[in-house]
Amino acid sequence: MGAVSEPLKAYGASAPGQKSGEIGVALTTLEEALEWVSSWARTRAMWPLLFGLACCAIEMMATQASHYDLSRFGMEIMRASPRQADLMIVAGRVSRKMAPVVRRLYDQMTEPKWVIAMGDCASTGGVFNNYAIVQGVDEIIPVDVYVSGCPPRPEGLIDGIVRLHEKIRRGNRSR
Amino acid sequence: MSIPEVIERVRARFSEAVQEVVEFRGETTLVVRREALVEICRFLRDDPGCPFNLLSDLCAVDYWPERPRFAVNYHLYSLPRNLRLRVKVFLGEEDPVVPTVTGIWPTANWHEREVYDLFGIRFEGHPDLRRILLPEDWEGHPLRRDHPLVVEPVQFSFNWQEIDARKPYARE
Repeated sequence: MGAVSEPLKAYGASAPGQKSGEIGVALTTLEEALEWVSSWARTRAMWPLLFGLACCAIEMMATQASHYDLSRFGMEIMRASPRQADLMIVAGRVSRKMAPVVRRLYDQMTEPKWVIAMGDCASTGGVFNNYAIVQGVDEIIPVDVYVSGCPPRPEGLIDGIVRLHEKIRRGNRSR
Repeated sequence: MSIPEVIERVRARFSEAVQEVVEFRGETTLVVRREALVEICRFLRDDPGCPFNLLSDLCAVDYWPERPRFAVNYHLYSLPRNLRLRVKVFLGEEDPVVPTVTGIWPTANWHEREVYDLFGIRFEGHPDLRRILLPEDWEGHPLRRDHPLVVEPVQFSFNWQEIDARKPYARE
């Protein structure tokens, strides 16, 4: 009889408390696994908003084009509708007249959503410390990644996107 | 017909309204009184010898702290004669009002709205004098020289925290 119960004990069948505890652990790891899979999937299929404001948009276009090929990072198509996008690349200086429009586009994007401030103007206002330009788009919308440069080269934007991917995989959000 | 002949005809017709004629590097500027501006502009447009039928630009200058403070420039071009002429009218700070020329050149409509937007010079008789570039609820006229030049002090390592604490960061 003792010989029969020993292997059952080894699987945890004879101790009810221990069994439920083990199921709890199993559920937590499943949640973590799902979280990991969903964040992995999010980084592999991001849908940026087709939205350029100034000269940084030219570099953003170059990043999408064949030479740098943004589709290697799972984002080859830019969506013209904020309802279909989950990444906003603020490419260029944001004027005070454009600021409500940017905020509205951000509000219209579906959750979860992320923002990259591309270039010095979108990050801090850049050289335009004057009445017309918002001093950093983070005055209007929360920003996840800042990319420096005036304008940043395509490698810089790709680096920012890869860093955003790392941030999404870590699972922490800015808000 | 040349520019000196045009100036001569304007002087003969509006002798007391022409304050000054300035020639600088081949460009002629006719400084006129505000009261006669519209009549002079209409005369220049309808001049059969040299019709200035194109208003190529309309802009303003702020000469603060000099007096009179403002000047409005009308850059005229004669398509048939290939000649250019600038008409200038000075305005005081206390009364920055000038009659509109939209009845003479319809293109002046948006130019005058821009000057009103950025300098606060009002155009009497304008059909639709609203802001054109800045948001509708904007306060002030930013191209005036007494308007603040920067909106935020430049951040260095010693004052970074102080400025950063005042920055209005967005929240979700």
